[in-house]
Amino acid sequence: MLADKDRIFTNVYGYQPWNLKAAQARGDWDDTKAILARGRDAIIEEVKASGLRGRGGAGFPTGLKWSFMPKESKDGRPSFLVINADESEPGSCKDREIIRHDPHKLIEGALVAGFAMGARAAYIYIRGEYIREAEVLFAAVQEAYDAGLIGKNACKSGYDFDVFVHRGAGAYICGEETAMIESLEGKKGQPRLKPPFPAGAGLYGCPTTVNNVESIAVAPTIMRRGAAWFASFGRENNKGTKLFQISGHVEKPCVVEEAMSIPFSELIEKHCGGIRGGKDNLLAVIPGGSSVPLVPAAEIWDAPMDFDGLRAVGSGLGTAAVIVMDKSTDIVRAISRLSYFYKHESCGQCTPCREGTGWMWRVMERLRTGDADVSEIDMLWDVTKQVEGHTICALGDAAAWPIQGLIRHFRPELERRIGENVREAAE
Amino acid sequence: MPKVTVDGIEIEVPAGATVLQACELAGKEIPRFCYHERLSIAGNCRMCLVEVAPGPPKPQASCALPAMDNQVIRTDSPMVKKAREGVMEFLLINHPLDCPICDQGGECDLQDQTVAYGRSHSRTRENKRAVTEKYMGPLIKTVMTRCIHCTRCVRFSEEVAGVDEIGALYRGEATQITTYLERAATHEMSANVIDLCPVGALTSRPYAFEARPWELKKTLSIDVSDACGANIRLDSRGREVLRILPRVNDDVNEEWISDKARFQVDGLTRRRLDKPWLRLDGKLQAASWDAAFAAIARINPGKSVAVVAGDLIDCETMFAAKKLAEAMGSDLLEGRQTGLDYDCSNLAAVNFNSGLAGIENADAVMIVGSQVRWEAPLVMTRLRKAAKRGAKVFVVGAEWETTVPTTFLGTDLKVLEKLPKDVEAALKGAERPALILGGAGLGKGALGACLALCEKFKLVREGWNGFNVLHMAASRMGGLMLGYAQKGGIADLVKAKPKMLISLGADEVDYTRFANSMIVYIGHHGDKGAHFADIILPAAAFSEKPGTYVNTEGRVQWADKAVFAPGDAREDWTILRAMADALGVSIGFDSFEELRAAMAAAVPALGREGLADYGALPKAPNGAKAEGEIAAYPILDFYLTNPIARASLTMQRCSSELLHGESFAEAAE
Repeated sequence: MLADKDRIFTNVYGYQPWNLKAAQARGDWDDTKAILARGRDAIIEEVKASGLRGRGGAGFPTGLKWSFMPKESKDGRPSFLVINADESEPGSCKDREIIRHDPHKLIEGALVAGFAMGARAAYIYIRGEYIREAEVLFAAVQEAYDAGLIGKNACKSGYDFDVFVHRGAGAYICGEETAMIESLEGKKGQPRLKPPFPAGAGLYGCPTTVNNVESIAVAPTIMRRGAAWFASFGRENNKGTKLFQISGHVEKPCVVEEAMSIPFSELIEKHCGGIRGGKDNLLAVIPGGSSVPLVPAAEIWDAPMDFDGLRAVGSGLGTAAVIVMDKSTDIVRAISRLSYFYKHESCGQCTPCREGTGWMWRVMERLRTGDADVSEIDMLWDVTKQVEGHTICALGDAAAWPIQGLIRHFRPELERRIGENVREAAE
Repeated sequence: MPKVTVDGIEIEVPAGATVLQACELAGKEIPRFCYHERLSIAGNCRMCLVEVAPGPPKPQASCALPAMDNQVIRTDSPMVKKAREGVMEFLLINHPLDCPICDQGGECDLQDQTVAYGRSHSRTRENKRAVTEKYMGPLIKTVMTRCIHCTRCVRFSEEVAGVDEIGALYRGEATQITTYLERAATHEMSANVIDLCPVGALTSRPYAFEARPWELKKTLSIDVSDACGANIRLDSRGREVLRILPRVNDDVNEEWISDKARFQVDGLTRRRLDKPWLRLDGKLQAASWDAAFAAIARINPGKSVAVVAGDLIDCETMFAAKKLAEAMGSDLLEGRQTGLDYDCSNLAAVNFNSGLAGIENADAVMIVGSQVRWEAPLVMTRLRKAAKRGAKVFVVGAEWETTVPTTFLGTDLKVLEKLPKDVEAALKGAERPALILGGAGLGKGALGACLALCEKFKLVREGWNGFNVLHMAASRMGGLMLGYAQKGGIADLVKAKPKMLISLGADEVDYTRFANSMIVYIGHHGDKGAHFADIILPAAAFSEKPGTYVNTEGRVQWADKAVFAPGDAREDWTILRAMADALGVSIGFDSFEELRAAMAAAVPALGREGLADYGALPKAPNGAKAEGEIAAYPILDFYLTNPIARASLTMQRCSSELLHGESFAEAAE
């Protein structure tokens, strides 16, 4: 279990105020100037050495991503950092806790990361539904400006750096990095084609890096405590600490910071008071937010909660939003509801996702009631494969994977429903 | 020059090419819906997926992927086949499949590609989506349920037309293409979205349920609605031309045509002159050809003959009329009906020298007295391209909506003599400065002053000629080449008081000035010219005769005959040939081939397709002054500029709805 002294997010439960004074008492903004004084390359190298992988779901090495940014502008274009606080993945709620209780970690991280990649400004794109959180963030940014921590000559480092907070309008797709850039530019939130990648031409056509809130917020602490400290947690290639968000059928749902690679069982037993009704009552777990396939009880129990460990059981870490479902769950209905979510949130730009998500949801609804043919299970599998990997962004994949997980692990349940429905109809 | 391998074929492709273009170069067909060469890349239909190594282990959209050295591309692998089948299936699950009642049937990309790449059966049991209908004006019929969201129409409007009229609303399955506030598409190029639409969502409203493409005879022709000479295809069935479509010609119209060129087609069957008429006792009465020619013989004009040519006339007709006048002993020929009298001694000075394709390379453009959008919509699309590349645009004349960033320099032509400093600097600093002089400018006698600017700003330099005159009549350059220009313009004809005035479909002439002449009108529509005529000889419209046309850049182009003229109407040259007999003179040809040969002998440039060479620009005349105000432009109503358009119900409706409807509504408020 992670010791209290090793926690990065020391105010994740809001026992202390979020404001600048309290944040400084917790160690934020402590001689940030010295961090910046180490230079851009040193910061990037440190983050690379820490093994930090993007916390938004895809797990791309953060330091490497920062290093893609141009070292200097050859054509006068500025660089930008965009911070993805559009936390809309069902099950995810970590960025929200960071922003409402520890916003200065994020703002300081924005300065450190922005400085490291030579960005002129950071745009924090916050989910539209996060109203109170946005209020805190606006206030915290103002505090930081007033204290001279950001803005002109940020932290007296001689570096000018602005932070803008932009509220989204509640579209899941705007959490996709290029759709977020489009949305920031005032356009309809639709993902762009890649290439060009944002590091080449992103926001307003300028080099841009889009990072998750958590990836940015941990950066100052990594700089203070060192890459070796951060890398001392977790398995090889899955380093560091991570905010896990456990929801569903556990005794005490919670957001908790833990070391990467902690076994699922330990996470549940130590922090959540165990599964509701005991270990044997566990049906399945969606370990990384709604986009990843579910994992049945037997396979998840001892699995290490990290990128590679969950991939090994056919799922993924995603945002570490652990959705626990016990045996009272109508698993088909649960997945069907997720299908509806993806149908609702598809941006409609490219064909497979626009047409496929609706089709998949409708078949799922019929499978829920059993009003289907057994052959349609295979057809649905085929349709998910037709969507997966054929779209502009990853929403198509995200819509396909939960259904694939369901069919892979709960096919007998689907067939049972169809069978019972057919019998009912015959009677 | 990257080297790529497509299905085992190794080829070199131009730098900057996409994988899709590389595949095409290798002779592999890549199905697509959203990709279009002349629009930006959207990459949203996902039909063009191919397998590319190195790359992620999933198919890639070839339209958006740059071709790189050593790429190995497969267009025939099982992965690609499955991907195409999948996308096809998705497109079809919400497509109504109402092909039997869809006008796109037979020329539908979705149909064709379903046959080629789709599954043989349907797997879906769900209900299909329905989309509420949109109103897109009198030209475009919408059945939005058929839409596959390729966004070609959206990109065309934004990029080529320059109006943000069309966009997508909502998201996911509920996405709808719509016009802003469901307002009619009012741009003069709007109907090109009909050709762009790969399905039957946007079809031609006037042509709805008229014919199937396989019933139609296709004839290559040239548009006469303006002086650009857009390359068109006439689709006809029996004796009627049912529709007009653009042909691809990168030098002229790319693949666009204006709405007028496309939709004046129904004017070809209305208000037609289909038998000869004679004015007896002040009233026009139907007559036979014999009676008509007898009447002409009775005029017995001797040398006192003049010819005025209309805007839609082909070179052969003008040449035949010229020969007739010559045989009678007259050289009174004029084509500038409204009284323009600019100097035509050097045709280079009245030519669009940059070329239609060339003008898009200009980096500073000065427009003098031209409402380009209405006078030559195709030139406007080129100017938009130039502006997109950073060209500055200046306009002398009344303000109009240019769709590009424009500096208006006022209506007073005096500004040409003392341009504002920044304008002067922009033109001086430009690498390829251009000047476009339009009809309103010519009318105010600005040609000399513009030629003076030409020397001042070095509009002509190595590999670049930036001096352009933009005409509005399809017959203008051909007429000028054939000598249809008097020094004093049509006033010279008036002064000569000819006994007989031969009017070749000239409907814009003020005939009251020829009150004492016998007016022989050879034309196809009962328009203004026919009302004033003493003898009407029914002739063929541009679709009913082969002909040579020269566009405003001096490009000689040939059009074919699609259908026969209605009733007793005859091809123009045969009428003139018969008139020669009636008047007892010989004009030296008995067949169309002989006529063409004689014309090519007289004006060799008219015998060759392509750009005519007019030589170098003349020096500006001494003391050329620019004076006067350009408060208005010659075209008052874009949709009703020629007799065919004026006869067309579609054009009349466009005029009243798109141009006047709006102002009526505003007045009512």
